[in-house]
Order: sequence, then structure tokens, then C-alpha cells
Amino acid sequence: MPDGGIGAPTKRREDTRFLTGRGKYTDDFTPQNTSYCAFARSQVANGKINSVDMSAAAEMPGVLATFTGEDFVETGGNPAGWAIVSRDGEPMKEPKRPVLAHGKVRHVGDAYAAVVAETLEQALDAVEAIEADIEELDAVTDMASAVANAGSLVHDEIETNTCFDWGWIEDNRAATDDAIKAAPHVTTLELVNNRLVPNALEPRASIGEYDPGTGDYKLTTTSQNPHLSRLLIAAFVLGIPENKLTVYAPDVGGGFGSKIYHYSEEALVLAAAKKLGRPVKWTATRTESFLADAHGRDHVTKIELATETDGTFIAFRTETMANVGAYLSNFATVTPTFLHGTLMAGNYTVPNVYVNVKAVFTNTAPVDAYRGAGRPEATYSLERVIDKCARELGMDPVEIRRKNFIKKDQYPYASAAGLEYDSGDYDALMDGLEKTADLAGFETRRAESAKNGKLRGLGINAYIEACGIAPSNLVGILGARVGLYDAATVRVNPTGNISVMVGAHSHGQGHETAFPQIVADMLGVDPLSVDIVHGDTSKIPFGMGTYGSRSLAVCGSAVFRATEKIILKATAIAAHMLEDKPENIEFKDGVFTIKGTNKNVGFGDVALKAYIPHDYPIEDLEPGLEETAFYDPANFTYPSGAYASEVEVDPETGKVTICSMVALDDFGVVVNPMIVTGQVQGGLAQGIGQALLENSVYDENGQLLSGSLMDYAMPRADDLPNLVVDHSHATRCTHNPIGSKGCGEAGAIGSPPTIVNAVVDALVRGGHDVDHIDMPVSPSRVWAAMNK
Amino acid sequence: MPKITMNINGRETSTEVENRTLLSTALRENLHLTGTHIGCDTSQCGACVVHVNGKAVKSCSVFAAELDGATVDTIEGQANADGSLNVIQQAFQDHHGLQCGFCTPGMVMSAAELLKVNPKPSEAEIRDYLEGNICRCTGYQGIVNAIMAASGQDVPSIAAE
Ligand code: FES
Ligand code: FES
Repeated sequence: MPDGGIGAPTKRREDTRFLTGRGKYTDDFTPQNTSYCAFARSQVANGKINSVDMSAAAEMPGVLATFTGEDFVETGGNPAGWAIVSRDGEPMKEPKRPVLAHGKVRHVGDAYAAVVAETLEQALDAVEAIEADIEELDAVTDMASAVANAGSLVHDEIETNTCFDWGWIEDNRAATDDAIKAAPHVTTLELVNNRLVPNALEPRASIGEYDPGTGDYKLTTTSQNPHLSRLLIAAFVLGIPENKLTVYAPDVGGGFGSKIYHYSEEALVLAAAKKLGRPVKWTATRTESFLADAHGRDHVTKIELATETDGTFIAFRTETMANVGAYLSNFATVTPTFLHGTLMAGNYTVPNVYVNVKAVFTNTAPVDAYRGAGRPEATYSLERVIDKCARELGMDPVEIRRKNFIKKDQYPYASAAGLEYDSGDYDALMDGLEKTADLAGFETRRAESAKNGKLRGLGINAYIEACGIAPSNLVGILGARVGLYDAATVRVNPTGNISVMVGAHSHGQGHETAFPQIVADMLGVDPLSVDIVHGDTSKIPFGMGTYGSRSLAVCGSAVFRATEKIILKATAIAAHMLEDKPENIEFKDGVFTIKGTNKNVGFGDVALKAYIPHDYPIEDLEPGLEETAFYDPANFTYPSGAYASEVEVDPETGKVTICSMVALDDFGVVVNPMIVTGQVQGGLAQGIGQALLENSVYDENGQLLSGSLMDYAMPRADDLPNLVVDHSHATRCTHNPIGSKGCGEAGAIGSPPTIVNAVVDALVRGGHDVDHIDMPVSPSRVWAAMNK
Repeated sequence: MPKITMNINGRETSTEVENRTLLSTALRENLHLTGTHIGCDTSQCGACVVHVNGKAVKSCSVFAAELDGATVDTIEGQANADGSLNVIQQAFQDHHGLQCGFCTPGMVMSAAELLKVNPKPSEAEIRDYLEGNICRCTGYQGIVNAIMAASGQDVPSIAAE
């Protein structure tokens, strides 16, 4: 095996350009003759557009073109990617999401007009000159009134603010109700999963280009998923022939979900580029990001856990209201349903699970998948109610979990929420956690904190999640409007180095380093001779991008399969060169050898021969050494973990300080442990941010009160402790060729319940009668809970 | 429009700017030094940190027109003379102090300032100093480790973590 294959903590090659300022993000491109776009965005949450007068704006210096909703009435809308059916068999309500608002604006930040000018400053000045008569109407921002249809409708044409009322699994409903009615003990908890803003540090940006000579369009954009954007723009929004549109996502400065989706600004710059015949560029300000990027989470949930008196689980039942905001963003409908409800059995052997989710339109920014997407919401509900139940039954939180864990000899395990978990070992993770986090030493540390006047608490948590969402035939039955596979082309060049074109796209995950490790490992070549091509629809095979921790498990498997095909073809070429049959050739460490002899030929010579086939038996053997594989997974993958944290609460102020955070995860086979560790640490920070700091707050008129980094508390270095991460307790994924499960979202899934469990524990141990505090667990909320 | 001359990364450079042009914009748009990033409009994120006359500043919070004659150092000028990564940059790579790379130029510039004023900062001092720089990707652990390592202090190697 070459140095730096699967399992090596290889340093990232992309770092060199990022560290020297040579990274190229969308806003770093300014094609010749670029013009600049700025948007007029609604300042009211709900308003009737009586008129938009662009005449003054059009006269402003440098203005090249103006657009209003009127210009896109005939144009298609940005669709939801997943159709959900309500419990009564009704399809979900699906309002059109136009390129620019027309007739009504529906949330603060909803764009209703755009200006393109020679300079950005001129475009911004012209936006100021737009005369819009927008009549403010009552807004509906809280879900309970929205569901009751008290107040206004977000979409007049659909007569309700409930998008769907979904049940999972409907056949389990009666049995779950009966089990809960008959159970000796039932724990009930109501909780809020707070609305978050993803806040990738790079704001969204898009550049549209059009070549009147060829009719070709190019969109350079901040995307996790360039082919999806191309498909949506071509098939649903602008109707540009797909082969005439290139979507290029260069370096992407973080995404966390918010750059999966197609956004209207992308369509607008393309339409404007066509109209003007020159490039049109738009870059969001951070304020625009707060107003118009898709937000995350925003659930209100009631969960019940029924148990025997010894803590054996009998049933989980949940009712959730999920805010989808004013329009359906691409994955707004699958996130609270299939990505959430199907995980509601957690790591546990529980016979009955029933999940009800009502998705609700409100006059707020659209909500969509954000790091973890549905799994953090499920885990938070479960792991909070389990802690409360343990307390009511007088059980240790570790003990109640262990009692109900699926055991390692029970795989494959069919969960009551409809998934088949293929592998895992939750007891081993918990054993590891007890050691690594030194749970036994907690009392000593607590006494120490008490001496300093602080209340110390311990929170533990177990989670399972589903990554690499698949397979296509199943998701199709469940309502997906896209397939969920990925693709890779491995191109061995005549001189023996290799270009790998992949459908996944990195926004910080280190694909340029990790994918070559797989290929190099299999071919026995130097990883540095393998390069990754990604992010450009004109160069890569049709792929599904990066989200849901799918890069390695799905796209990495496509890379694996394509490399297998390379080995097969190369073996045939080697056989020809060695004048023997392919079945007599073995391939090892980059060398093809006739079995039992020392007659051999190296990989590089085979590559050269593939392209100089002067003596080929051309009927049997094609020239060239390039193979493509589309990989459609057989199942989700199921990473799992056990987390612990300790906090200190200051009883004077309610301030929570995190003393420690320990994360043990099972990701299956790890290709690059350094990158995986970093992924978990990043996820932990986002989860801790949700638990302690972050919150997106609208007032009753629908104004976003947390609309900048001054009012929205992003975690900074001194908000976080040292993060201890261990992924050595791995069980292999059984159904993909690499054995990997996915790691990108784990930290954000496992940490919020860990922290809240720890804070509640601290207060209870301190003698306070507290069941629950909603996130973010801010000093004022903690203080109120202690002093109620 | 006023014409200004600055010494940028050791080279005299002239450009014309409007009075309202920010240093961050002048660097990126006029001088094509796109390594300095803009992550916010409220001077909160630190992605745009450069050194002006030897001090770290947020380039989105100063006007370029005021900097005639100033010395400005950006991420593009940080590598060693032979083009290899400098000690801080190398430590960021070795300790996985970056993921998407967007905050990274500002982080490296802030780290350089910190190590100038405090060559052996404790972990708490590093975390405190980074108050003005947001990273959304790394959870700061790799960054803190990198700065410790760049200052010659022991840090566990990432593979062992
Ligand atoms: S861009 Fe300067 S601080 Fe954010
Ligand atoms: S590496 Fe992405 S923001 Fe820091």
C-alpha cells in the first residue's frame, strides 16, 4: 500500500492555497465587463404590492436594467424537492415560489425587484430610488396561530397555513396510543428546537454569464450541489436547455446545508446576463444572508415516553409543528418528515413509535435542512425525554439508556420507526465514554465546583443518525423528486497520473485530499498523482453534491466502483502486454503479475499502453483507461455516538460555562482521521451554539430581531472548551464497499441534548425543581428557571 | 477620485479610490488581492483582517483614502521568501486549523499579531484574543492548536486525538 492511503491522517493539500490567499471563491471572480446586481427586499413581513415603480431607478447613473416580479410571471417557480402526503391522503400544499415576489411579499427580506448597474454602488443607489407601494398586512409568525388560521393566510390561494399533516408510521398509530394508555409510567415533555441561521462565513454569491454567439449560459455560484441547481433552473425555473447551462461552484466557504438549495438570485443573474449580454454579479451582504438564506430547525414538539416501572421502553409518541417559513425551500418538506420521523426510535428497542408532524407556513424566511437536518431535532426530543424519564423513575441516565439499547448481536435491526440499521455497538460507545469522559470522577469535580460557588452538572447522550440518504427506489416511493446516488469518473492519463471527476462538492470537507486516498490505496499509486475535479457541471458526471454526510459513503463508493472498473480494464491490458489471460494476472501494489511468476508490468506502463494501442487486438480490447460508475446505495448508513459534557452554572447570574465536551462516534471505516476529527469538532461547535447562544427571533410583526452578527450570537473561540473527539469505536457499514458511514453532522446532532441535559442536571443537583429549559440556554432563561 | 499609494506586501502600489471605498474593497476590487475576505457588514467576523503599519485591523472598517503612504500586509505576503508556508501557515495545515478556508486569511493575520505581542500565549489567551474572528467550520480547536504549535508549545498531534 502506498503512504497516505485509506486510514492515513494525510494533511490537506487544499490548505496550501487557502493559507496563501489563493483560494478562489465565487466573489473572487470578476469576469471582464461585469455588471452588478442589487435587490430590493421587503421591509414588512406580509404586504400587498400595489405598485413597484422602477422609472426613477432606471434613470439613475449607471443603471443597465431593472426587474420586478412582473417580469417573471410567465417563468416557473423553484419547486420543493420532495412531495409529502398528509395523513388523510391529501397532497401537501405547494405554493409557487417565484423568482421575484409578485402580488405579495411574504417575509422580511423577500426580494421584489432588482437593479443591474455598472458598479455595485450605483446598483445600491438605484435600489434606494425604487418607488414601491407595499401595503402592510397582518403577519403571522407563530405556528399555533398560523395553524389555527387566526389572522392572515401566507398564501391566499391555498386557504390554510398548514402545508401538510403527516403521520409516521400511520399503521402504528393505534397500537402506540393503546400502549401509552396502558403503560405504568408515561413521561411527557414539550420543547422547542430553536430556529437557527446557518451563517456559512462566505455569504452567498452568484455570477451569471451569457454568450450570444453560442447561446451558452454559465452560472458561477456558491453551491454544495451544482448539478441540482442546473436541473432546477433548466427544468423548473427558467427553462434554459440543460446542455446550454454550466453551473460552476468554485471554492465554497462553508455551507452547512444553506448552499444545497437553488435560490432565486441565481435565476435572476442568469436572466439579467441574457438580457444585457454581459456578466452580472451579485454578492450577499451578511444582512441579506440573515434575511434570505434558508434557516434551520424551528420545531415545537410534544413527546411522550411510555415505560415499564423498571425503565423498559414501551412507546414514543410525538406531535411536532415544523415551521417551513413563507415558501417551500427545496428540502423543507423532507427535513421534518422522513429525516426526522424515521429516527424517532433512536438507539433503542422500543416496540411502538408514532410521529405526527404538521408543517406550517408563516411570514418568516424559508426553513430548510441545516447541519443534521431532522436528526438533531429527533435526537434532541428523544434524549431530553429519556433524561426526564430517568429522573422520574430514579434511574441513572446511563443505566436507562443501556437497558434499552439495541445490542450488538441484534443487527440488522428493524426499528419501530421503519429503518433497518445495519451495524453498530452502542454499549461499546457508552463503555468508551465512561472511560474517556471519566464519568466516575464527576462527583469529585462537582464538589470542587461547589467550593467555588458553582453548580456543576453532567449530561450524557446517545444518538443514531441516518446518512447517505438512499436508495433511489425507496426515496422515490416516499415522495422524492430526485434520485439519490452519486457518480465518479476515474480518468487515468497516458502518463499514469489520474484525474477523478466526482459529483460531490467540497465546502470544507477536504475532498481533494480524501478521495485520492481511496484511489491511491486501490491502485497502489502515490496519492499526489491523483487529482480531484469537482464543482463544474461541464466537467463532472451528473452528481448530487454534498449534504447529509454523503460524500464518502455515496460518492466515495462511486469512486471505489469506478476504480474497480479501472483495475478490471487495466488487468485486460496487462494480460495483453504479458501475453497471458486476464484470469492469470494478479494486481497488487501497483504491479500486474502473472500468477506464480515474476513476469510483471507496472501500472504506469499499462496506462501508457492504453493510449498507444498500436498492437491491440482491437476486436477484444478498447483503447483508453477511463471508467465511470454511478453508485446507488442499498440503504442509509447509520453513524452513532455517545457524548458527555460537564457544565458549571453560576447561581448568581445563570451563566453556563462548558467545562468539558467529549464525543465518541462510530463512523465505520475512516479514510482520513484528521479530517474526521475536524468535522466532528466543527459540528460540536454548531451544536453548542444552538444549545447556548444561537437563536433567530422574529417579533409579532415578523421583523427579524436577530438580523446581524451583532444580535445573533455566533460561537467564538472563548465560548467553547477543548473538544475531545474519538472515533475508534467503529463498526463497519455493511452495504457500501468502503465501509464508511458519514461524519459531518454528528457533532451538531449529539451535542445539544448533551448540554441541556447537563444544565438541567446542574440545577436539579443544586436543589432546583426544574424539568426543562428551552434552547438557547441563556443566562436569563437559566436564572428564571432557578428563581421561578 | 483621490489617488493613494500604499506599500502592500513590500511593493509600492497606487490606486484610485472613492472617499467611501473601504480598504477591504480596494484590496479585492482595485488590486485583485482577493485573499482578504469579506464575511460581514458589521465588523464582527474578522475574515478581512490585514496589518496596517504593523497592526492588525479589520480592513472592512477603515477607508482606503485615509491610508495614503501606509504599509499594508495581507495574506498574499505571508509566505516565506521561497514561497513555502511560514511558521503560522504551516502550523495551520499541520493541526487542521482550517476547513473551508474562508476565515483562514483573517485568522492567520490575527494569529501573527497575537504572536508578535505575546510569543507564548496560553490556550485561554489565544481563545480570548480570537474574540474578533469567527470561524464557522472548525470549532476553533484546530486553530487554537495551530497557534499553540506555531509559538513552539506542545500540542497533541491531531491523529492521536
Ligand atoms: S468583513 Fe470585516 S469583520 Fe467581517
Ligand atoms: S474554516 Fe470555514 S469559516 Fe473557518
